[in-house]
Amino acid sequence: MEHYNMNLTLKVWKQKNCKTKGAFETYQVQNISSEMSFLEMFDILNERLIAEGKEPIAFDHDCREGICGTCSMFINGRAHGPWHQTTTCQLHMREYKDGDTIVVEPWRSHSFPVIKDLVVDRTAFDRIISAGGFISVNTGNAVDANAVLVPKDDADDSFAAASCIGCGACVAACPNASAMLFVSAKVSQLALLPQGRPEATTRALNMVKQMDQEGFGSCTNIGACEAECPKGISLENIARLNREYLGSVFTGKASS
Amino acid sequence: MALNSKIPNGSLEKKWTDYKSTCKLVNPSNKRQIEIIVVGTGLAGASAAAALGELGYKVKAFCYQDSPRRAHSIAAQGGINAAKNYQNDGDSTYRLFYDTIKGGDYRAREGNVYRLAEVSAAIIDQCVAQGVPFAREYGGVLSNRSFGGTQVQRTFYAAGQTGQQLLIGAYQALQRQVSLGTVTMYSRHEMLELVKIDGKARGIIARNLVTGELERHFGHAVLLCTGGYGNVFYLSTNAMGCNVTAAWKAHKQGAYFGNPCFTQIHPTCIPVSGDHQSKLTLMSESLRNDGRIWVSKVKADTRKPGDIPEEERDYYLERRYPAFGNLVPRDVASRAAKERCDAGYGVGASRQAVYLDFAFAINRYGKIEVHKQGLANADQGTIRKLGMEVVKEKYGNLFEMYEKITGEDPYQVPMRIYPAVHYTMGGLWVDYELATTVPNLYALGECNFSDHGANRLGASALMQGLADGYFVIPYTLGNAMADEIRNKPVPTDHPAFVEAEKLVQSRIDKLMGVNGTESVESFHKRLGKIMWDKCGMARNAEGLKEAITEIRALRQEFWNNVRIPGEVGEFNPELDKAGRVADFMELGELMCMDALNREESCGGHFREEYQTEEGEALRQDDKFMYVSAWEFKGESDFYMHKENLEYEVVHPSQRSYK
Repeated sequence: MEHYNMNLTLKVWKQKNCKTKGAFETYQVQNISSEMSFLEMFDILNERLIAEGKEPIAFDHDCREGICGTCSMFINGRAHGPWHQTTTCQLHMREYKDGDTIVVEPWRSHSFPVIKDLVVDRTAFDRIISAGGFISVNTGNAVDANAVLVPKDDADDSFAAASCIGCGACVAACPNASAMLFVSAKVSQLALLPQGRPEATTRALNMVKQMDQEGFGSCTNIGACEAECPKGISLENIARLNREYLGSVFTGKASS
Repeated sequence: MALNSKIPNGSLEKKWTDYKSTCKLVNPSNKRQIEIIVVGTGLAGASAAAALGELGYKVKAFCYQDSPRRAHSIAAQGGINAAKNYQNDGDSTYRLFYDTIKGGDYRAREGNVYRLAEVSAAIIDQCVAQGVPFAREYGGVLSNRSFGGTQVQRTFYAAGQTGQQLLIGAYQALQRQVSLGTVTMYSRHEMLELVKIDGKARGIIARNLVTGELERHFGHAVLLCTGGYGNVFYLSTNAMGCNVTAAWKAHKQGAYFGNPCFTQIHPTCIPVSGDHQSKLTLMSESLRNDGRIWVSKVKADTRKPGDIPEEERDYYLERRYPAFGNLVPRDVASRAAKERCDAGYGVGASRQAVYLDFAFAINRYGKIEVHKQGLANADQGTIRKLGMEVVKEKYGNLFEMYEKITGEDPYQVPMRIYPAVHYTMGGLWVDYELATTVPNLYALGECNFSDHGANRLGASALMQGLADGYFVIPYTLGNAMADEIRNKPVPTDHPAFVEAEKLVQSRIDKLMGVNGTESVESFHKRLGKIMWDKCGMARNAEGLKEAITEIRALRQEFWNNVRIPGEVGEFNPELDKAGRVADFMELGELMCMDALNREESCGGHFREEYQTEEGEALRQDDKFMYVSAWEFKGESDFYMHKENLEYEVVHPSQRSYK
């Protein structure tokens, strides 16, 4: 693969905290290698800003290998940028060419308030998991792991749903800022396994209730969440969630 | 203080059972009065917080990330070991114990390691019950694969995302306790000091990373589950935020640091591509199940890998270690790669890489599939296609990750790999109860030094983290907390809290007051270079002495010239990082001192002066069969205590994988 260097214009959202108004600021970056990751390009810009006595751009990141779900930039109108099923930290600069302009914003959702610049507060997701995204089994209660057989297809589907990294791209991509893909991935993962069946309907009910309380929008089957999800979480999960949720309505567990 | 590892008496197989039957218990109503602080929410921390919450303790859990689910255990790829013997291939608790002791090059405690092997099976049961979607066979049973340093298949996995699945399982258990009110979660919080009252750990000072405010938190006991310190090398497979700060503050308050020089360099990572590199990415050890490692037999060969004929390839691991081949332990594989590259046989533009090749596996699996599907006259293209599908199911996410980072397709060309810092076997010294030398202060998971000796086997970090959190600490903590039931929580206006907070504030003020010209990142890079060059894969006395001098000078420079932008009372990642790098600069010196003291080679610690004629690690059991436990006395002043290792069951020998 040919390596090359490029100069770019960045328009980045700057916002001191959730109480102040933000605005775009324009930066020029020079000599960016096509080998760099997108975040390494930000590292270089930040190092320069610090050397110039300016404040660096705050952004969330940690593992830098696409699994922790911390990084979260909205790049040229797309959650995690243009690469299919790729987190921002795994996006590499060979995507861009000399002279390009890149616009970078934080996740935009009422339920994810801005902490600073590109950093948002996603603790709403933790509260949704607390509401029911688990199997109620205490340590030491378990039977032998092979005592309950699980069909491979179910285990595979459950794993596919479980590969959600909780980054919030689905919310950022959705015009309604709905969290249905996130919630449905957890509901599906656990509902597909025999161990998760006993609580399947109450789980769906409680998680959806919490999701609504957090102020996330409704799902109108647009599909942007699936298209932008860095882990390829499928819309089928939303169908499964609806099934579990309706089940709770029929059994009278839900009020309506 | 004399070190007492508190290994229970009796035969190896009975120690833990006897301990559990005789340790002190705390009744449920008393548990509700006892407050426990857990720092870190990776596998060890999340499982401990969840398990203790289930028991009824009042738990406060802290993590620097924005959510406990993001701790770096999440990045573990390949799997988790357990002595289940589901494959009927001769595995047992004893074999897992033996492999771990041998893999650790006879520098771990028998008692601890046996307990680890003993509880391993229950971990898998627990995780399955929690809904962890492990890989399964068509019959519905769990699937296994092999890892380095073993000859059985005992590794459970969930594609290349095992750590993620296990952590999410523990995180869910933790969030369940949050909803039940037994655990209070403090994310985006960093522990910056340990609070001691009458010599006992009684709480922490934490900084709210969003507002910058300092907070005082009381606990009858404090559990550090804060991971390893591989980021002292700047470039490592650790997450950007991984740090030693909590453990280091505890060390300076009296917790001894065990075997600080024992660092694991993982053999299969994506090579460095340039000076901009911010971290390194692991390619799971599980790939060595199917990938063959090789270099050209011709020095500085410029041919493309596909143009190098079979007879001109050197499969050096298979050549040197026929019994284990590509599945030798990590330390052995890393050194062998370094040896080939140093000798001029490295591949790629940097010449600091070797090939990891899947062509054979693709062909082998393809043939099996053709046979299964009854395609008697399948052509080579069909075989390759079907083989690639099998490889994709096993390692698809890793191959994609490789392609995104390097721009090369590993289905078509061999991966280029090189060793990188991955894990630290050293850590806070703990006894059998996971207690440090500070009463009521515990260390779990990678944060402690206890189970892996001088080299950790693959898929054993996840096992240890969850063993400590789910199955060990609930018992050993109770044994100590039984004596605390009469002690009421100490109000946080106690002078010890006030003093500790002042200390933290003055350190932050000092950092912000330097007002120099060089960024934190730049100092971190310079520290990393010293550590990698002189305390990395190979070490020698001269280099280590130089490193100590250089680190001291760099530390001086840091405190005179570091520049931290922004304010204290706001979200300020540069300030967070500055505190961590300051601590790494002190730890780095201790690591070099420990490496200098240990005049032998064992596991991941390779002193060039001590090697066999064939270049293998040469232990000096008569002089160094001990754990070095360092006590902090003052700046650059550490005193080494020795815990002699006694082997009652295993007979240490020259480790051989030939």
